[in-house]
Amino acid sequence: MDLLHYTATELGEKIKAKEVSVKEATEAVLDRIGETEEQYHCYVTLDKEGALKKAEEVQKGIDDGTLTSPLAGVPVAIKDNMCTEGMLTTCSSKILGNFVPTYTSEAVKKLEAAGAVILGKTNMDEFAMGSTTETSAFGPTKNPWNTEHVPGGSSGGSAAAVAAEECYYALGSDTGGSIRQPASYCGVVGMKPTYGTVSRYGLIAYGSSLDQIGPLGKDVRDIATVLEAIAGHDSKDSTSIERKDTDFTSALIDDVKGMKIGIPRDYFAKGIDADVKDRVLAASKVLEEKGAILEEFDLPLVEYAIPTYYTIADAEASSNLERFDGVKYGFRAEDCEELHQMYKRSRSQGFGPEVKRRIMLGSFVLSSGYYDAYYLKALKVKALIKKGFDEAFSKYDMILGPCAPTTAPRLGESLSDPMKMYLGDIYTISVNLAGLPGISLPCGTDANGLPVGLQLIGNIFEEKKLIKAAYAYEQARGAFSIDSVKEAH
Amino acid sequence: MANVISDETIDYVGILAKLELSDEEKEQAKKDLEEMLDYIDKLGELDTENVEPMSHVFPVENVFREDVVTNGDDRDNILKNAPEEKDGMFVVPSTF
Amino acid sequence: MAKEYETVIGLEVHVELATKTKIFCGCSTAFGGDPNTHTCPVCTGMPGSLPVLNKQVLEYAIAVGLATNCDITRYGKFDRKNYFYPDNPQNYQISQLYLPICRNGYVEIETETGTKKVGIHEIHMEEDAGKLIHDEWEDASLVDYNRSGVPLIEIVSEPDMRSAEEVNAYLDKLRLLIQYLGASDCKLQEGSMRADVNLSVREKGATEFGTRTEMKNLNSFRAITHAIEGERERQIALIEDGIGVTQETRRWDDTKGESYAMRSKEDAQDYRYFPDPDLVPIVVSDELLESIRKKQPEFRTEKMARYKEEYDIPEYDIEIITNSKRMADIFEETVALGAQPKKVSNWLMVETLRLLKEKEMDPADLRFSPEHLAKLIELTEKKEINSSVAKEVFEVMFDEDVDPQAYVEEKGLKAVNDEGALRKTIEEVIANNPQAVEDFHNGKEKAIGALVGQTMKAMKGKCDPAQVNSIIRELL
Repeated sequence: MDLLHYTATELGEKIKAKEVSVKEATEAVLDRIGETEEQYHCYVTLDKEGALKKAEEVQKGIDDGTLTSPLAGVPVAIKDNMCTEGMLTTCSSKILGNFVPTYTSEAVKKLEAAGAVILGKTNMDEFAMGSTTETSAFGPTKNPWNTEHVPGGSSGGSAAAVAAEECYYALGSDTGGSIRQPASYCGVVGMKPTYGTVSRYGLIAYGSSLDQIGPLGKDVRDIATVLEAIAGHDSKDSTSIERKDTDFTSALIDDVKGMKIGIPRDYFAKGIDADVKDRVLAASKVLEEKGAILEEFDLPLVEYAIPTYYTIADAEASSNLERFDGVKYGFRAEDCEELHQMYKRSRSQGFGPEVKRRIMLGSFVLSSGYYDAYYLKALKVKALIKKGFDEAFSKYDMILGPCAPTTAPRLGESLSDPMKMYLGDIYTISVNLAGLPGISLPCGTDANGLPVGLQLIGNIFEEKKLIKAAYAYEQARGAFSIDSVKEAH
Repeated sequence: MANVISDETIDYVGILAKLELSDEEKEQAKKDLEEMLDYIDKLGELDTENVEPMSHVFPVENVFREDVVTNGDDRDNILKNAPEEKDGMFVVPSTF
Repeated sequence: MAKEYETVIGLEVHVELATKTKIFCGCSTAFGGDPNTHTCPVCTGMPGSLPVLNKQVLEYAIAVGLATNCDITRYGKFDRKNYFYPDNPQNYQISQLYLPICRNGYVEIETETGTKKVGIHEIHMEEDAGKLIHDEWEDASLVDYNRSGVPLIEIVSEPDMRSAEEVNAYLDKLRLLIQYLGASDCKLQEGSMRADVNLSVREKGATEFGTRTEMKNLNSFRAITHAIEGERERQIALIEDGIGVTQETRRWDDTKGESYAMRSKEDAQDYRYFPDPDLVPIVVSDELLESIRKKQPEFRTEKMARYKEEYDIPEYDIEIITNSKRMADIFEETVALGAQPKKVSNWLMVETLRLLKEKEMDPADLRFSPEHLAKLIELTEKKEINSSVAKEVFEVMFDEDVDPQAYVEEKGLKAVNDEGALRKTIEEVIANNPQAVEDFHNGKEKAIGALVGQTMKAMKGKCDPAQVNSIIRELL
C-alpha cells in the first residue's frame, strides 16, 4: 500500500512498529507536495528543512521511548492562523505577510509534544473570513476532487491538504463552520469541539466567542486521536474549560443502538441541493438500520442564525483586528508622516475586501446609537438559539443534518455575491453560536462526483456521542477517498 | 424597510475602523452595509423583550491568575517584528 | 449687577494599584526598567495572545469600594473600549462600562465649611496604557509598553464638589483611604494617582447643570487648583459673551496656565464598548466579600480616635502622623517596641518633617525602621548620646536606615561618662575663660552657655550638656 494512503493513526502504528521511519513518511509527503501543490495550492508556507530536521529528532524520541503518542512522527499541516514560533504566520493576509511569531499556539505545542512533524502552514480565507478560501491574499486553494471548484473555507487549505494527501491530518479553526464545511467539500472528516475544549492561546482571533480549533483528517479515528492530543485546560486562556472526559478515542465503538437522533425539518427545506438531501437522508437510514432512532423535529430560529452570527462575529472581529495597525508587527504603509494616515493606509492596503467589509459592518453595529438595536439584539437572539438547542438535546442525543446546502461551488462563483456565500453557512453557524460540538464526515458524492458532508451536532461536552455515531456510520460506509471513489465508479 | 447609508456614515465608520476607502470602495461599502443591515433587521421580527443578552454561552466564571511575576525581559522577541524600532522602542509618526 | 456663578465639579480619579504584576499578564509593574523590558505578547497586543485577570486587582478594587461605601457588583464583566492610539497596543483598552465592580458609594470630606458627602458614582478596573516619548531628532514618537497593562481603578465621583478646596479635600480623602488599604501609594506627582476634572458652571440657584468640559493632564494639587480656577473663568466668559460652552475634552498646560481642546477630526469619541469575549464574568461570592471585609484596616478617623485614647500626644501631632499611613505605622511600631509615645511623636514631628521638607520627599517613602528609631530613643534616654549627636545619627538613619547603636560605636560618638575627665576639661575651660567666669559672677546667666559650649567642643560633643552645666555651676 502506498505510504500516503495510511491514515494518521495507521502511520503512527507503522512508525511505532518500525515498519516505516519518520523520515520516510515525511519525505513521501513532501514528494507528494512537490507533485501536486502547484495544482492545489494548499499551503502558504512550507517548511521542508524544518520538517526533515524534526523527523530525525522525533525518530530519536520514538526509538528511545520518550515519544509514545499515537501521533509521534506523523506529518501534520497547520492552518495559518495559529502562531508557530519562527515560522511565518500570515492569516493569509498581506497585513501579516511578514509576521514571524516568537511563540507557538497552545494547540500546536501539544502536537509538538506528541512528536508531530509540522510540514507548514495551510491557506485559508483571509483572517478566516470566508467560506471558499478565495479571500486569501495569496490566491485560492483548489478542490482536489475537481480543481475548478473551491475547497470550502475558511480552513480550505487544511481540508484540501488532507484530501490531496499532502499531509496526514491538519488543524483548522471553526468560527461559523470553517472546519466542517471545507471538510464536507473536500470529502474528509472535520470536527469542531465544544467551545473551550482546545486552548485559543496563539490562535489569531476572528470572533473570539465563536472561534475553536479542531482537527481535519481522513477518518473518525484520526479525528478522535488528534482531538484527544490537543484538548485540555490552559491557564493562559480564560475561556478554556477543565474537562476530565477528553479520552475521545474511548468512544470509537461501532454501536448506535437506542441512540436518539433528531432531524430538523428546516435543514432539508428550501435552498438545499437534491443530491445533498438524498445522501444525507440515506446516511441517516444507515444509522437507523444500525439501531438508532430517528425523529424529525422543528429546530426553531434556523433562519435567524445567519444575521445573528454576522452581527456578533463582525463586531468582535472589528475589535480583534484593531491591533493590526502597522506599529508593532506586520505591514506598514510607506511614507506616512501622520499617525492616523499611517493607520488608515496600512490597514486599507493590508486588508482585503472581505475583511474590510466585515470590519465596516462590525464597527457600525457597535457604534453609538446602534449597539442596542444590533449587537445587543443579536446577543439576545443568540440566547434564544441556545435555548432551542437545549430543548432539542433534552429529547435527542444528537442532531443530524447536512453540513452545507450544496457541494463545493465553482471558483469565483461566491466572491461576486457575498450574501449568497453567507447563506451557505446556514447549517453550521448556529453550532458556534451555542458553543456546541459538531462533526462533518463524507456520506457520498453528488452527480458531479463532488463529496457531500453529513453533519452531526451534539450537546456541549458530548463529543463522544458524535464520535461514536460517526464511527459507526463510517464502518458501514466503508473507505472514502478520491482514489477509492474513483475506483468504485 | 430598506436601510440607507449616507456618505457621512461611511466616512464616520471609516474613521472608527481606520480604513481609507476610495470613492468606488465607498459606494460598494454603502451597498454592502445596506444589504447586510436589511438582512440583520430580520432579527427585529423576534420578541426579545425579556431575554438576557448572552455573551458567554456557558457559565465559566472567576478565572484568575495569582499576582506572581512569571515573565522576564522579553524585549528582543517583542521587537522582532517591529516595522521600525529605535532604542528598544517602536517608532511611530509623531504624536506630539 | 454681575451674575453670581457656582462651579460644579465631578472627578475621574485613576489610581495605579500596588500589585506586583500587570492586570492581565505576569509582567512586573516595577518602575525604572529599560523600555519594553517588562513586556510580553499579552501586554503588547501580539496576535493570538489572551488576557487572564490578576486576582489581586479584583481584591484591591473591592477593598477600595468597601472603604468608599459602595455597593459591590456581584456579577461583573470587562468591556473593550475601542480607540486607536499607539500607547494602546491592542487599540482597545480593557475596562468596565456596563457592569463596573463598585457603584453608589460616598466619602465624607472636611472643609472649612464643615463635613460634606461626595458621592461615588462607580469604580471600575482597567488597564493602563504605555508611554510615548518624543524623538526630537527624527520628529517621531517612540513607544514603550512597560506601563501597558499596569492595573488601574478609575473612581468616578458624582458632580458634588463646588470648589478647588473641596476637590483637594476629596482627593486627599481618597489618597488616605487607599494608602491605608495598601492598594496604591497614590502619588499625584509620579502619576500613580491621576485626576480628570469634569467642570461646569451655572448661575447660583439654578437647578440644571451647565455644559461640562473634561480636563486632563492634572498631575499636582497646584495644577488642579489652577485648572479649576482657569476653567471656571473661561466658561463664565463664554456664557457672558453669549457663545456658550462646548462639551469637550481639554488638556491643561500648567506652565502656560491655560487649557486647549483635544479634539481632532480623527477622534470620534465613539468607543464602541462591548463585553470582552476573551474574559469571563466575575462573580463575587459572599465568602470573598467577607474575607476582604475582614482584612480592611483601621482607617484614619478611627486611628485618630484611638490615638487620642491611648497616647498622650497633642492632637496636632495625631493629625500629622495619621496623615500618612507609613508615618502612622512607624509611630505605632516604635511605640510597640517600648519607646515613649511622646518621644516618638517628637522625632516624627520635628526631625522627620524637617528632613522630608528639605529633601522634598513623600512620607510614604520614609525608609528608617521602627526598630532603629526605638534604639535611638533608648540611646538618648540612657544618655549614651546627647541630643545633638542623636540628631546627627538620625539624619544618617533617615537616609540609609543604619543601626544607631552600631553607628555610634563605629564613629566613636558615645558620651563620655568618665566624670573625672570631664571635670578636668571643665577646670581647664574655666581657667582659660576668666571673662566668662567674671560675667557669670556678675549675674550674667548667659555666660554659662559659652562655658558649656567650650566644654562640649573640647569633648567633641561626647558629653551631656546638662551634666556639664551642673558641674560648671558646682565649680563656680
